[in-house]
Amino acid sequence: MPIKTSPIIVNIGPHHPSTHGVFRMRVMFDGENIIDLEPVFGYLHRGTEKLAEERTYAQIITLTDRLDYLASMSNNLAYVVSVEKLLGVKAPERAMYIRVIMAELMRIASHLIGLGSFLNDLGALATPWMYMFREREKILDLCEMVCGARITYSYMRVGGVSMDLPPEFMGALRQFCDDFPHRIDEYEKLLRENEILISRTKGVAVLSAETAKNNSLSGPVLRASGVNWDLRKSDPYEIYDRLDFEVPIGQTGDTYDRFLVRLEELRQSLKIINQCVKDMPIGETRLKLPALIRPPKGDAYGHVEAPKGELGFYIVSDGTIAPYRLKIRAPSFINLTALREMTVGYKLADLIVVFGSIDVNMGEVDR
Amino acid sequence: MSPTGPNPNWFERWVLDFIPSTANALKDLLGHGPDWLAYILFALIGGFIVVNLPALLTPLFIWIERKVLARVQHRVGPNRVGPFGLLQGVADAVKLMTKEDLVPDSADKLVFNLAPLMAAIPVFLVFPVIPYSARATLADLNLGLLYIISITSVTEVAIFAAGWSSNNKYALFGAMRAVAMLISYEIPLALSLMGVVLIAGTMQLSVIVDTQRYMPMILLQPIGFIVFVTAVSAELNRTPFDLLEAESELTTGYHVEYSGMKWGVFMLAEYAAAFAYSLLIATLFFSGWKGPLLPGFVWLAIKVFFIWCVFIWIRGTFPRLRVDQVMAFSWKFLVPLSLMNVLVTAVEVNIQANQGWEFFPMWFAPINLVIAVVLIVIMSKLFKFEGQTRQVLPSRMGTIIPVTQAAERAASKAK
Amino acid sequence: MYGLGLLKGLSVTIRYAFKKPFTVQYPETKLKTQPRYRGYEFVWYEDRCTGCASCAKYCPLGIIKIVTKRAPEANIGGKYALDIFDIDTGRCMFCALCVEACPYDALFMGVNYERASYTRGGLVVHIDELRNAKKMPSAFLRPNLEVQAGKYTEESSLNPNEAGR
Repeated sequence: MPIKTSPIIVNIGPHHPSTHGVFRMRVMFDGENIIDLEPVFGYLHRGTEKLAEERTYAQIITLTDRLDYLASMSNNLAYVVSVEKLLGVKAPERAMYIRVIMAELMRIASHLIGLGSFLNDLGALATPWMYMFREREKILDLCEMVCGARITYSYMRVGGVSMDLPPEFMGALRQFCDDFPHRIDEYEKLLRENEILISRTKGVAVLSAETAKNNSLSGPVLRASGVNWDLRKSDPYEIYDRLDFEVPIGQTGDTYDRFLVRLEELRQSLKIINQCVKDMPIGETRLKLPALIRPPKGDAYGHVEAPKGELGFYIVSDGTIAPYRLKIRAPSFINLTALREMTVGYKLADLIVVFGSIDVNMGEVDR
Repeated sequence: MSPTGPNPNWFERWVLDFIPSTANALKDLLGHGPDWLAYILFALIGGFIVVNLPALLTPLFIWIERKVLARVQHRVGPNRVGPFGLLQGVADAVKLMTKEDLVPDSADKLVFNLAPLMAAIPVFLVFPVIPYSARATLADLNLGLLYIISITSVTEVAIFAAGWSSNNKYALFGAMRAVAMLISYEIPLALSLMGVVLIAGTMQLSVIVDTQRYMPMILLQPIGFIVFVTAVSAELNRTPFDLLEAESELTTGYHVEYSGMKWGVFMLAEYAAAFAYSLLIATLFFSGWKGPLLPGFVWLAIKVFFIWCVFIWIRGTFPRLRVDQVMAFSWKFLVPLSLMNVLVTAVEVNIQANQGWEFFPMWFAPINLVIAVVLIVIMSKLFKFEGQTRQVLPSRMGTIIPVTQAAERAASKAK
Repeated sequence: MYGLGLLKGLSVTIRYAFKKPFTVQYPETKLKTQPRYRGYEFVWYEDRCTGCASCAKYCPLGIIKIVTKRAPEANIGGKYALDIFDIDTGRCMFCALCVEACPYDALFMGVNYERASYTRGGLVVHIDELRNAKKMPSAFLRPNLEVQAGKYTEESSLNPNEAGR
C-alpha cells in the first residue's frame, strides 16, 4: 500500500533571511521539490508614484533615492534624464561625465551587493559578502566625498549635478580604480572555479532567451540568457556613445552565467570610469534653470541601464510645477516575473539561489 | 589507566594522579565499607570533572570560532566583553538564561522539551573515553571507538525529535534532511576508522595513541583522514554540509522554534560535539597527546586548536551543497573510497602479519599517499554531481491558490 | 575539478586571516567624515535670515516650521523677526534642498551624526537650539567652505563672516 502524501505550502518570507527585504513566496512543495510558486509583493509599498504627483520636480529626486536604495545615483540619473527629455535641455558636458562616473560606481556597488548576497544565499557564510562590502564601503566613501551622503544621495539635479566634484575626489577615485581590479581577481579566485559553486549553479534554472524576452526582462538577467541588449549601447544616453566598453553576454542563461555576467560587468564599469576620468572636461556642471521647473504640457519617457536593468520614468506634465503622472518602470519588479518559470521543478535550495541570482531590490519592486 | 607514559611529568604526577590517589584515600577512609563505594565515589568525581570541563571549555571554543571566522572575513570579531571578548560566551549564556522560554502552542511539549537534553547528553558521554594525557582517561574502554561511534548517533534522534515536535514547516524540512543526511554520513564515518582500527589492532583509544608513537596515523591513513574529516563536518552540520541549519534556506532549520536556554543547549551540544570530534581527530590521526618536551595535555590542546581552526577556515570559505548532492557525495564518493581504503589497509596489515613485523612499517606511508592520490583522482573522474534533473510537472503548475482567493475562501468559511 | 578550485578559495581566505581587519570599533575609533557630509545640527545664522521661508517651501516633507512677525525696531532693515524656526529632524532625510533654496546663505547642513534621543520630540531642533549650537557648517552646496569644513574640531564654531557666502 503506498503511503499517502500531500504537498505542503510554505510561506517563504516576508521575514525570511534570504528574501532580500520583505518579499513573500508561497511555495507548494512535494518533499523538497517545488511544484508551484506564487510571489506576493507589496510589503514595502510607499506609493512613490502617487507621492510624486504632489511634489515639485526638484523634490521628486529625493523620492527616487528610495527606489533601488543600493544604487540611488542611477535612479537619480534615470529621473533627471527623463525630465531633461521633457524640457528639451541637455546637461553640460562636465555634468554628464560626472553622472556617468557616479552611475558606474553605483553599478559596481550594486553588483557587489548582488553577488555578495547571492553567495550568501548559496551558504558561503558571509565571507565573500564581507569582502564585497569592504569595496562597496570605499565607493560609499567616494560618494560621501561628492555629495555628503552614503545611501540617499539626491545629488543629481535637472540640468546637471548639484555641485562640482571636490578637488580631492579624482585622486581618491584613481586610487580606487587602481586597487579594484586586484579585488575582482580575488573574488574570481575565491569562487569562480569553486566546485561546490559550479555544481550548485551550472545548469540550474536555465532561462532561455525566448522566455527572457517574452517576460520583458532586462539587465544582467537578460544578458546572461544571451540577448545583447544594453541601453548604454542600444539607446545611448549621456555620453555612453563615446565610451569604449563591452557588454558581457552569457551563453546558456543558467545561474552560473548570471554570476559571471555580473563579475564581468564590474570590470567593464571600471573601464568606463577610467575613460571618463581621462577625458573629463572642465566647465559648468549645472544649467541655469528656474528653481521651480514648469515643463511644457506633454509627456516623456526616459530610461537608463540601471544596475538591475532598464529603469524608466514616464512623466506626464500638465504645465504645472508637479507632474500630472509619473510611472516608474522598475527593473527588479519585471525581472521577478520570470521567477516561477525558472524555479518550478527545482528544489528549495535552488529557489533561494535563483532568487538571489536575479538580484532584486524590494524597494524598487514595491515602490 | 594506560601505563604507557615514559616519565610522568609534574602535571601528570600531581594533577592527574590526584583523582586515583583521592580514590585510594577514599578507599582507605571507607576501609570498613564495601569496595564498590570507593569506585562509585571515584566515578562521580571523575565524571563530574570530565563532563563539566568540556562544558566550560565550549564557550571558549565558540569564542575561537567567532574570532577566527572574523579574521578570515577581514573583521574584528567579538571584543567587547572581557579582554579580547573572551567572556563573550559567559555574556551569551547569561543572556540566553534570562530570555523567555517559549514553547509553541501546537508543539508536542514533551518531545519538544526533551530534545535539547537528548542532543546534549550523548555528546558529553564521549569525553570520558578520550585519553587526555599519559594516564588521564576516565574510562579506557577496550571498545572505545565503537562506543563513540554508537553514542554519537543518538544525536540524530534528538535532532529529528526537535524538528518534528516543533510543528513548524522549516523545522520539519530540517528534520527530514537530518534523517537523510546524518544517517548516510554515519557509514563513511565508521568505515573510515576501520583502517585505523586495523593498523592498531584494537578499538581502545589509549592503545591507538600508543601505536602512533613513531608516526601519526594521518601519514598511514590519508584517505581515512579525508573521509573522516568530511563525514565529521557533515555530522557537525558545518558548511559545506550545514543543510540542517541552512540559515539562508530554512532560517535555522530544526531549532527554529527554540529560544532561550533550550536553544543554548542545542548550541552547547553542537560545539561540545565539535570539541569532542576535534579531540577524536587529534587522538586518532595526530598521535593524540604524544609529543616532545611539552606535557601531553598541552600537545593535545595545540592539536585540537589547529584542527578546529581548519574546520573554521573551511566553514568561512565554502558555499553549501544541495540535498541531493550531499547524499550523492556520501554514497557515491565517500563510501566507495573508504571501502577501498579498508581493502588496501587490510592487505597491508596482512603483509605485516605474514612477515611477522612487530610494527606497521613506516615505508607504507608514501605508498599509501600515492594510493590515496590515485584513488581520489579516479573517484573524482568517476563521480560527478549529476546535472540537476528538473522535474517539471506542468499539470501541477497553477495548483497553488492565489493569496486573494485563499483569503476570500477563508472569509466565506468564517461566515 | 579534483577540488583544486576549493583549494584556491582556501588560499584566499587564509591570507586574510593574518591581515589587519578593515573594520573599526565605533565609539573608540571614529571614521572621519568628508567636508561635504550632510548631517545633524543645521547651522543657521539668524542675522542673515529674513524669514522668507524658502526652506520651508522647498522641503519635500514640510518639516520646517517658521512663524515670523514684523520686527519691532525699524533698524534691522525692515526684515522679519522669527518667533519659531523648528526643524523636525526625526523626519528629515538630509536632502539639503532647504540649503539649496536659501537665497541668503543663512542655512547650512551640519557635520555631526550623533544625536540620538529617547523621544520623537527630542529630535525636533528648536530655534533656541539653533541659535546656541556650535556652528560647524558642512560644505555641501557651499563650496567656499570646502577647506574649512575638513578641519573642524570639537570646539569649532564659525561666525557668519568665517562661514562666508
